[in-house]
Amino acid sequence: MAESIPHEVDPAHGDHHHEDQGFVSKYLLSTDHKIIAMQYMFTGMLMAVIGGFMSYVFRMQLAFPGESVPLWGIVTPANYNALITNHGTIMIFWVAMPVLIAAFGNYLIPLMVGADDMVFPKLNRLSYQIFLISALVLLSSYLVEGGGFGGAWTSYPPLSAKSQYNLTPAGASLWLLAVALEFVAFLLGGINFITTAMNSRAPGMKLYDIPMVIWMIVIASILFMVSVGPLIAGAIMLFFDQTIGTAFFDPNRGGDPILWQHLFWFFGHPEVYVVLLPAVGITAEIITVFARKKLFAYKTVLHTAVGTGVLSFTVWAHHQFIAGIDPRMAHIFTLTTLLISIPIAEMMFVYIATLYGGSIRLATPMLWALAFIGEFLIGGVTGIFLGASGADVYFHDTYFVLAHFHYTFYPIAIIGTFAGVSYWFPKMFGRMMNETLGKIHFWGSIISFNFIFIPLFVLGTAGQHRRIFDFQNFPALATPELQQLRILATMSLVVMLGFQFVWVYNFINSMFRGPKAGKNPWKANTLEWSADSPPPHGNWPELPTVYRPPYEYSHPDREEDYWPQHLPN
Amino acid sequence: MRPIATTRSASGMPTGLLAVWWVVASEIVIFGGLLASYLMYRLSHDSWSEQAANTNTAIGATNTFVLLTSSFLAVSAHAAAEKGDGKKAARYLWYTIGGAATFVAIKSYEWYTEISHGFTITSNTFWSFYYTAAGIHALHVIAGAFIMAIVAREAAKGLELHRVELIGIYWHFVDIVWIFLFPLLYIAK
Amino acid sequence: MSEQEHEHEHNYGKVYLILLVLLAVSILGPMLEIQVVTLITAFGIAGVKALLVARKFMHINEAPKFISYLMTTCLVFMMLFFAGVSPDVMESSGDNWKKNLKMWLYSPPPAHHASHDPEGHGSGGH
Repeated sequence: MAESIPHEVDPAHGDHHHEDQGFVSKYLLSTDHKIIAMQYMFTGMLMAVIGGFMSYVFRMQLAFPGESVPLWGIVTPANYNALITNHGTIMIFWVAMPVLIAAFGNYLIPLMVGADDMVFPKLNRLSYQIFLISALVLLSSYLVEGGGFGGAWTSYPPLSAKSQYNLTPAGASLWLLAVALEFVAFLLGGINFITTAMNSRAPGMKLYDIPMVIWMIVIASILFMVSVGPLIAGAIMLFFDQTIGTAFFDPNRGGDPILWQHLFWFFGHPEVYVVLLPAVGITAEIITVFARKKLFAYKTVLHTAVGTGVLSFTVWAHHQFIAGIDPRMAHIFTLTTLLISIPIAEMMFVYIATLYGGSIRLATPMLWALAFIGEFLIGGVTGIFLGASGADVYFHDTYFVLAHFHYTFYPIAIIGTFAGVSYWFPKMFGRMMNETLGKIHFWGSIISFNFIFIPLFVLGTAGQHRRIFDFQNFPALATPELQQLRILATMSLVVMLGFQFVWVYNFINSMFRGPKAGKNPWKANTLEWSADSPPPHGNWPELPTVYRPPYEYSHPDREEDYWPQHLPN
Repeated sequence: MRPIATTRSASGMPTGLLAVWWVVASEIVIFGGLLASYLMYRLSHDSWSEQAANTNTAIGATNTFVLLTSSFLAVSAHAAAEKGDGKKAARYLWYTIGGAATFVAIKSYEWYTEISHGFTITSNTFWSFYYTAAGIHALHVIAGAFIMAIVAREAAKGLELHRVELIGIYWHFVDIVWIFLFPLLYIAK
Repeated sequence: MSEQEHEHEHNYGKVYLILLVLLAVSILGPMLEIQVVTLITAFGIAGVKALLVARKFMHINEAPKFISYLMTTCLVFMMLFFAGVSPDVMESSGDNWKKNLKMWLYSPPPAHHASHDPEGHGSGGH
């Protein structure tokens, strides 16, 4: 199966298949789910470069306060605020969401359920176009008077509502508009994902034959759809507060800023699971293939994911323990927050059980998948401290929190993405990535990542607050020992960003010059590996039929150690 | 050209119908979040009843009547489409659009009167909610009317008749939102 | 099917009439200005009307069961939102705590020591 199949092999590189179309209609206005997935992926990666550059600038300011940052210059306090705000916003809404859900969802759902496209291809294209506009609106906020919005990615009023406080009259509104447009894009995309997975599965594919990553993307889309409503309403209210002077969140005139925090986090916390679940699903696909074992307890993982989704709606106010919320409610939210670690821990155990006794092959995708489990574990365990309201009073808004959620979001958005891209790259472009470069990039990124954020845990417990422009203003935090840690974190960040060039080189080089991959280079079971690499428009000449669950590896009744879903026997 | 994916229905429901229900689900939480916020403020600000006393119950009731009637017309269009009578379905859809236009016209008159009496969106947070909630609802009415016009044009030619039911479901949902807005904004004083 | 369709059409008019009667009740009831009657006639009847429209016009009960469950779930999450938020937004006091915005807003500002600092530093301090 590893050799390339003679018919429909691309002459030059993975791009030129199928009938002749103009560049614009083929790549920019296409309704093909694979092209739209690529659009989402490359836009997301471009935004990741921007978001990563922002983190470089503000980390440099923290390590060497007041000095000119190469490629940027002197960082002013307003610059700093705008950079941290947009770094957070971009990484969540314009990197994690488009790459993990939109790109992988678009690419994988039709291919893995055995359909020729999304159910609403034009809606799909519209969704990407709105997303692209939202990205441009966000970036344009840097060009208007007053510069980009600097009121943190949570955008709490009154700071975000009044321009005399945030000093970015246009930037704040553009930020809000961009986020609202992005929500519209993902609502349209989400309806498409859910409907496609529910309705257009291949004949024979029953609910428990759906690959885990598809389940996870669908559950994530449902979570997004059900949680984002109140924030859309809230965004309209905040927009009116900013632009026409209503007082929804103005305590002086009968409004309540706490309401915004609730509206935001009622979405914001499920959002964590919206991006987590696809990454968990990608990991499930990879570890079963590279351990040559059936996924341990498929149904348990699925039911656990649904349970996590439901539970994720009951934990939101743990972000507000010191915001002046009702202390009686804080007890309830502490309880639910600690409860939600149970299903997540269960998934971790299931993955370890899947690995147990498997014939593990440490290829690059597998390394990323294993790193996801290990690094996310640290993020999860440090979250326990913050979920308990008593401890959170002291940890709140320190670098401990910051390091905690980077230990969750980095595994999700970065490790999960690299795992998925390195695993599906042969399918996407028809060629293999270079393993050596892949491993250099992996170890370089993982080690330096830990050296960024472990110092920040230490700084957090030393009392270092978030969103401070210059710690030299605080004698207790301006000590040389703590400054050493800041410099260590910043240097590690620079090293980590440097290692990304290895990946970019590997990606581009493999896209054009990598060895041909053939249909099924990993000897995997799921349906996408039965299509050509890259699949043509319509995916298969004849749509496949499904005969068995997706994880039949090392089956005793079969000589080969895998049993593709589409083979009758 | 429609992909084969669109024509499948593994869930036992036509794709379009399924998608419309998901749209309704996402709308429930948008209006739900807004109205929950309104309720919390309303219940903790007794003074808002003085403001609410200035809304015009007669106009609100008339608009409820208009929307209920348009819902009845939309469902009649659906019944005609089920029988395969595209012309009749289109005619009923145009009547429904007429209902939407009447609703928006009444709403404009109402807002014009209120604004000229000094009750603007910034004069009090009750009025902020009043204009925001009714405004978002009115946008849904206008958007629905446009989509319905597209569906009606096709239906008149006997094409895409299943869409008559889909736009109907959306329309009834917009009606239901108003059924709740009416007592919340006009009756509770 | 045709019999069922006929029945539907027959019902639509009747449902519409019932809705209009309910509308009349929901306008007339609150005119009595008794709080309980207002609540029941205005909001209780709104619920009945919504249910009627959902069942008879949107045919939610003819769709697969999960549609009803989905709609109910969305409503339940909204109630959950209300339940979780209302103690903060609606209540202003509780056991040993008080949410008094005026106290924060109109207390005299703390004296500024920072104005002597030529660098503008050192005001945050300990």
